[in-house]
Amino acid sequence: MDAEHQETTTLQLVLAWGFVGIPLVFGVVQTLINSMKLFQ
Amino acid sequence: MGALSFLDRNHTIAKPGYSRWMVPPAALCVHLCIGQAYAYSVFNLPMTKLIGITQSAPDDWKLTELGWIFSIAIFFLGVSSAVFGRWVEEGGPRKAMFTAACCWAGGFFISAVGTYTHQLWLIYLGYGVLGGIALGIGYISPVSTLIKWFPDRPGMATGMAIMGFGGGAFIASPLSVWLMSKFHTATHVGVTETFIVLGVVYFFFMIVGSIIVRVPAPGWKPAGYVAPTESKGLITRNDVFVYDALKTPQFWLIWWVLCLNVTAGIGVLGQASAMSQEMFPGHITPIAAAGFVGLMSLFNMGGRFAWASTSDYIGRRNTYFVFMVLGFALYCTVPYTGSSGSVVGFVVCFLVIISMYGGGFSTVPAYLRDMFGTRYVGAIHGLLLTAWSMAGIFGPVLVNYIREYNVTHGVPKAQAYNTTMYIMAGLLVIGFICNFFVKAVDARFHMAANDDRGTEPVGANATAPAAARA
Repeated sequence: MDAEHQETTTLQLVLAWGFVGIPLVFGVVQTLINSMKLFQ
Repeated sequence: MGALSFLDRNHTIAKPGYSRWMVPPAALCVHLCIGQAYAYSVFNLPMTKLIGITQSAPDDWKLTELGWIFSIAIFFLGVSSAVFGRWVEEGGPRKAMFTAACCWAGGFFISAVGTYTHQLWLIYLGYGVLGGIALGIGYISPVSTLIKWFPDRPGMATGMAIMGFGGGAFIASPLSVWLMSKFHTATHVGVTETFIVLGVVYFFFMIVGSIIVRVPAPGWKPAGYVAPTESKGLITRNDVFVYDALKTPQFWLIWWVLCLNVTAGIGVLGQASAMSQEMFPGHITPIAAAGFVGLMSLFNMGGRFAWASTSDYIGRRNTYFVFMVLGFALYCTVPYTGSSGSVVGFVVCFLVIISMYGGGFSTVPAYLRDMFGTRYVGAIHGLLLTAWSMAGIFGPVLVNYIREYNVTHGVPKAQAYNTTMYIMAGLLVIGFICNFFVKAVDARFHMAANDDRGTEPVGANATAPAAARA
C-alpha cells in the first residue's frame, strides 16, 4: 500500500461502527425496556 | 503551532481508498457524547444532597439554582455555534472536534471541582459555559463534512449524526446512574467521581472521532454519482458566503420554520409526563408516564434519521410541509383524544409529533445545503441554531404559563392543555406560510468563482476528478 492510497478495510469499518453502535444499541435497549412500563 | 498541525484541514484530506462510511461513526463519536446534555437532569437530585447526603441540608443547592446549569449550556450552544461557525468551517472538522472534546471534558472536570468544593459558580462555568461551547462546536463540526461526503444522500448523512445527539442521553442516563451508585458512600453521593469518569470517557470517544474523520479531496465524488450541472428548483449549484446568507430572506424564513417547528415540539417534550397524567387521570400512572417519556425519546431519535432520509426523496421543503400539515392535524386531534379518553390516540399523536420535532433538526442542514451550497453550510447552520435557543425559551413558557392560566381560571386539569394544543397548531400554520415563501436564493448572493474568502471548495462541488471508494 503506497502512502498516496489508503484503502479502508472491512475490519476498520466494523470497528468504527461497533465503537459507536454497541453503546447506542445498549442505550436504546435500556430505554425500550423502560418504555414498556407504559403498556403494563 | 507545529505540534498541533495534524489538526489542520490540510492534514485531514482523505487519500484515495478511504471509505466515506468511516465518517458517520466519526460524527457519532462526537454527537453521542454531547447528546449527554439531554440526560443532565439525572444529576439534579443528587446535587441537592452533596452536603446532607441522604437528604438536602440547609446549605445544599436548590433545584431552581441547578436548573440554570442546563439553561446556560443551551444558551452557549446557540452563541458558540453562531460565533464559531465560520472558524469550524474553515478550520476543518478535526480541529473543531478536538476543541469540542477539550471543552466538553474540561467542563466536566471543572464541574467536578465545583461539586468537590461546593462552588456552584464553577459548575455554571464548567458545564454551563465551557460545556455549552463544546455543544455548539461539536454539534455543527461533522455536519458539513458529512454533506460533502454524501452529496447523493445529504439528508440521510446528517440524519445519522444528529440522530446520535438524540441517542446520547440513552447512554448517558443509565451510565451516570450506575456510576453514581458505584461511587456513592456514606460520606458523599458520588457526583464528583462520576463527572471525572464521564470527562475521561467522553474525551477518549471524541478524540477517536477526530482521528477517524476526513474531508473529501477536491473533486471527489461517490462512484457513479453525477453532480447536476445546473441549479434545479431550490437546489443550487452555487455557494453563498456565510454572512451574505444572513442578508437573504430565505435564511430568515428557514430560521422561523425551524424555530416554530421546535417550539411546537419542545414545549410538549418537557411536559409530556405531567400532561399525560393530567389529561388521563387514573389511566396513566407516574410509572406509565415515565415509559411514555422514554418512548417519545426513541421516536425523537428515530425521527431524526427517518425524516432526514425521507427528505432525500421528497425534497426538503416538502418534508417541512409534511411537518406543518401533519403536525397541525395532530395537535388539533389531541384535545379530542383527551375528551374521548383515547390513550392510544394520545400516545400515537405525540409520538408522531416528536418524531417530526427530531426530523426538523436533522433535515435543516440539508435544506441549507440546497439553498446556500456546501461551502459554508456548517457556518450557516451554526447561525441558524439560534432559532433552537429561542424555541427553547418560548416552547416551555407557552405550555407552562397557558396551563397555569387555565387552571387558575377554573379549567379542569384534564382540559388545561387544550388551548396550548391549538396555539401549537397555529404556530405550525405560520411555519407553513414561511416555508411556502422559501424560493431559490437570488443570483446576486452567489459567490463568484474567483471569490477568495475562506477556504478553497472541497468536495462534490469542485471540478477536478479524484478516485476514491464510496
